[in-house]
Amino acid sequence: MIEVQNLSKCFQNGNECIWAIKNVSFHVNRGEIFGIIGLSGAGKSTLIRCLNRLEEPTEGKIIIDGVDMTALDKRELRSKRKEIAMIFQHFNLLSQKTAYENIALPLELTGLSKKEIDLRVNELLEYVGLKDKKNAYPSQLSGGQKQRVAIARALANNPKILLSDEATSALDPKTTKSILELLKRIRDELGLTIVMITHQIEVVKDICDRVAIMENGEIVEISTVEELFRRPKSKTAKAFISSLKSNVQEEFIISEEFKGKVVRLSFWGDNAKKPIVSQVIKKFNIDVNILSGNISQLMSTSAGHLIVELEGEDEKVQAAIDYLRSRDIEVEVI
Amino acid sequence: MLELILPSLFQTVYMVFFSTVFSLLLGFPMGVLLVITEKGGIWEKPTLYRILDSIINILRSFPFLILMVLLFPLSRLIVGKTIGTTATIVPLSIAAAPFVARVIETSLKEVDKGVIEFGQSIGATVPQIIFKILIPEAMPSLIMGVTLTIVNIIGYSAMAGAIGGGGLGDLAIRYGLYRFQTDVMVVSVFVIVLLVQGVQFLGNKLASKINKK
Ligand SMILES: Nc1ncnc2c1ncn2[C@@H]1O[C@H](COP(=O)(O)OP(=O)(O)OP(=O)(O)O)[C@@H](O)[C@H]1O
Ligand SMILES: [Mg+2]
Repeated sequence: MIEVQNLSKCFQNGNECIWAIKNVSFHVNRGEIFGIIGLSGAGKSTLIRCLNRLEEPTEGKIIIDGVDMTALDKRELRSKRKEIAMIFQHFNLLSQKTAYENIALPLELTGLSKKEIDLRVNELLEYVGLKDKKNAYPSQLSGGQKQRVAIARALANNPKILLSDEATSALDPKTTKSILELLKRIRDELGLTIVMITHQIEVVKDICDRVAIMENGEIVEISTVEELFRRPKSKTAKAFISSLKSNVQEEFIISEEFKGKVVRLSFWGDNAKKPIVSQVIKKFNIDVNILSGNISQLMSTSAGHLIVELEGEDEKVQAAIDYLRSRDIEVEVI
Repeated sequence: MLELILPSLFQTVYMVFFSTVFSLLLGFPMGVLLVITEKGGIWEKPTLYRILDSIINILRSFPFLILMVLLFPLSRLIVGKTIGTTATIVPLSIAAAPFVARVIETSLKEVDKGVIEFGQSIGATVPQIIFKILIPEAMPSLIMGVTLTIVNIIGYSAMAGAIGGGGLGDLAIRYGLYRFQTDVMVVSVFVIVLLVQGVQFLGNKLASKINKK
């Protein structure tokens, strides 16, 4: 659906060139939710803005649906952009227009009749769950509601692709979840391909299929989300994932205070659903005391972290640890 | 007193009204052009911007009275005479136009870059962005700008009175300065002040009423 080849972007600063994106290549499949995560200043926004040429790429090619974006003239680009919607961190709603008028705007520009516009806007308001906020101005809406209006507006012309630049970064965790659910629904029901820029690993975890990690203008790692959580390769990816792992409870576990061995178990996919702990208890005749844990639902799989105390004879405990490791569970002694 | 003030007030209102209309007609497009052609604008044209910017600066640095005298030939060309209320509308409009251009430019520049970017992201044309996004978003601020323009033109019109433009300024000078009838001058000035206050009040009211931000 989207094919990016050797994309580079330099911002001219006097005679100097600041390379915000360096030789980036990746592809996004149709119907996929593709995440791009990186720290501030990594070049994420620049990259996503190159996709619809809000930012002109300096080098490289962007092929969307078989069309080379970089070869389009202004007019062709404008018509192509109607297929590529965009949502923003700060919503970018027109402050002087109501929710209804905001959603109607792209339709007006396309030249639909009043009646057609009315039908479509009401349908969209319904879809994003804001029927009762039809006549509210952005200043009267909460952040989550504003983003819903922006999403409805983005969907107005039936785009094929949705570009999201930090669409949830200005929202609280609960609202973020609900917006992510809406985006997922859009992908599932309307078949859109979504490119999500974010610096929140939770976003990647919750809805992305695959993810690219950006560091200093380069993509250092591309993998499925499951693979990323299982075996992060780059420093940035590891940092992001450990930020997610570090549970508050964990901080309070001081292993010296326990008689047995305190270990952290990390497991993915099917393992998360198997009764491994009870198997260990039965098999090795040791006590397992659960101290803290969490299981997160990733896109297509689950990932869990469990901190347990293993009590029993040393060799039995060691055998249990080996057994767990043999079952593809990461065991870390704390 | 009333028979002196009323016709002059009418002249002033007439002058100010048409000068505002014409200066907006001239200055508004210039203001829009300044915003869209500047570096990073939606229709970047650096050379055009520089030319426009210089013209406006030059016009604005002319003292109004000199500009008015310089524009006598143009007044004659357009309205057939150089003296009188109607004739004064020509230099007034032209003198106020660069001011209007700056005021409009400032208002439009206040519009959040994000909504313009949104316009570009949905494939809007430059005119569509101007008329459907830029101007509606800037409306409250534009109204304040127009208010400022009217107030300014009232001031100019009082000055224009001194060189045969008619209106309240003319009245104040003729009676107050030349005939030492201070009361006429005081009342004229008072009416001008009232006019300015009224316009400003209405402008503020309207702007805050339509502002949904
Ligand atoms: N218009 C510009 N002119 C010059 N440099 C720019 C411009 N836009 C971005 N940059 C530079 O490019 C680099 C990447 O910026 P970008 O906004 O893409 O980062 P980001 O990953 O989106 O960061 P954030 O998470 O803070 O939004 C930064 O070093 C930034 O200073
Ligand atoms: Mg950014």
